[in-house]
Amino acid sequence: MDLKKSLGAYLFLLPAGIILLIFFFIPFFQTVYLSFFDYSKDVYNPVFVSFDNYIALIKSPLFIKTILNTFFFLILCVPFLVIFPLFLAILINQNIRCKNVYKVLIYLPVVISIVVVAIAFKWLYAPEGLLNFVLEKLHIAPLGWLSDPKIAMISVALVTIFKGVGYYMMIYLSALMSVPKELYEAIDVDGASFFKKHTVITIPHIMPMIALVSTISSISALKVFVEIYVMTRGGPLNSTKTIVYYIYEKAFENLDLGIASAGAVILLFIVMGFSILNIFVFEKDKYAI
Amino acid sequence: MKILKKLSIHIILIIVCILSLVPFLWLLSTALKGRSENIFAYPPVFIPKEITLENFKQVLKLVPIVKYVINSFIVASSTVILNVILSALAAYPLARMDFKGKKITFFAILATIMVPFQTIMLPVYIITLKLHLIDSYGDIAGYLGMIAPFAVNAFGIFLLRQAFLAIPKEIEESAVIDGCNSFQIFSKLLFPMVKPTLALLAIFTFIGSWGEFLWPSIVLTNEKLFTLPVGINNLSSAFSSDYRLVAAGSIISVIPIIVFFLALQKYFIQGTNEGAVKG
Repeated sequence: MDLKKSLGAYLFLLPAGIILLIFFFIPFFQTVYLSFFDYSKDVYNPVFVSFDNYIALIKSPLFIKTILNTFFFLILCVPFLVIFPLFLAILINQNIRCKNVYKVLIYLPVVISIVVVAIAFKWLYAPEGLLNFVLEKLHIAPLGWLSDPKIAMISVALVTIFKGVGYYMMIYLSALMSVPKELYEAIDVDGASFFKKHTVITIPHIMPMIALVSTISSISALKVFVEIYVMTRGGPLNSTKTIVYYIYEKAFENLDLGIASAGAVILLFIVMGFSILNIFVFEKDKYAI
Repeated sequence: MKILKKLSIHIILIIVCILSLVPFLWLLSTALKGRSENIFAYPPVFIPKEITLENFKQVLKLVPIVKYVINSFIVASSTVILNVILSALAAYPLARMDFKGKKITFFAILATIMVPFQTIMLPVYIITLKLHLIDSYGDIAGYLGMIAPFAVNAFGIFLLRQAFLAIPKEIEESAVIDGCNSFQIFSKLLFPMVKPTLALLAIFTFIGSWGEFLWPSIVLTNEKLFTLPVGINNLSSAFSSDYRLVAAGSIISVIPIIVFFLALQKYFIQGTNEGAVKG
């Protein structure tokens, strides 16, 4: 491990290192730094206020609401995005025709920009739109999909689910390839049902992937922004205002950089907390907790 | 029994496929309806009475969508090229060399995955402004500002590190005997060997960059440099009263990426087919 070799290694790492330094590490520490300053009175002359921004946020009913909204959104999306794509992957993985056609069509929403997906759903959600027509056919009163504060978040979550199913299905499909065929043959001899076959063999075998999907989908749920920006702008009555939307508003509309940064740091802690929680829930055997 | 089971699987999958197409087909149907046709008709009309391309013509006249496509293409392809090169360069020593500080470097890169872009975007914006990488300093600066923060990411580095690790050491050793230095080993020998992984990284980076909305919408001030998602969002608020135009614009905007996806679909599904490389 001579010096020349170490130097060589760092030369390879240098270009990526510069980008990560400028656009990741410096901004990261700057976020923490800015969160201790008050910009609300004068953007050009921030005042050091230590933890005041954090205290203000925790005391702010609106910020607490955005946290609760974000968790509500997470609860709506994540269980579905963990379970349903697995179900689809198992179905596609059976010995059936047209597998690839199904894969391509179900994956299609993943490649289309979330902006277009949100616009398409906004159109479905219109008061006289297709979905309300379907409801009417089913003799259900039309819904204010995006205008009723009680259900607006559910409507937003449907868009996220729609866009995510194909992505997680592909992750599961690649994991299913690693399940040894012999295991199924053995249980088939016992005459096990479809359901039992997969709860006994498939699910335990791909548990690490289920954990990964829960982690990825939780983190992306905590970061939700574009769906809300395009469809509801946080409304009606702040019912779809999430943490990232709040940070965005504070930073880029109110220029309240200190509060926005403190919000970002809190979000960061929540995201990290979730990653650790997922490790504990799914891999507690490994760590013997 | 067997047939019944297969049939029910097909039925479920066909329903899911239809569901994943309906929102776009409904958008397409709306875009093809003429001025005289009520787009709020009850019951809804799926196949327009008179199919017309009028809305497409009009939206192309009113909004520079072709320009948006070109901008998106410039941003996405530059992001891809930078990601492929920078990730490969950074992944190589992490996979193949022993050096002081390797562990720390590795964990520093890993840490970047844990931190969502949204939590640091404000300082990233401030830095981009200070570096004069926004469109008010010229078109090239504007493009660079959209590209630079995404020029490399930890997922790409780890993906390629895995690919480099899978190459047998002996191949490298023979090159060392032939007197190649580490850059030659990298560029002539190992880089070409990880082409399939590079293709995968390129495709996913392209799709991600093509659909990116948040960052371009923050840095862009000049409509000249709008990428598709920003342009289409702008269109949807500007013409919110005329959904025919919004729909037509949205449909035009998804054509390039759908063509790209269908042309390269085998790369998307190759990791999910039996007979592919088993991991």
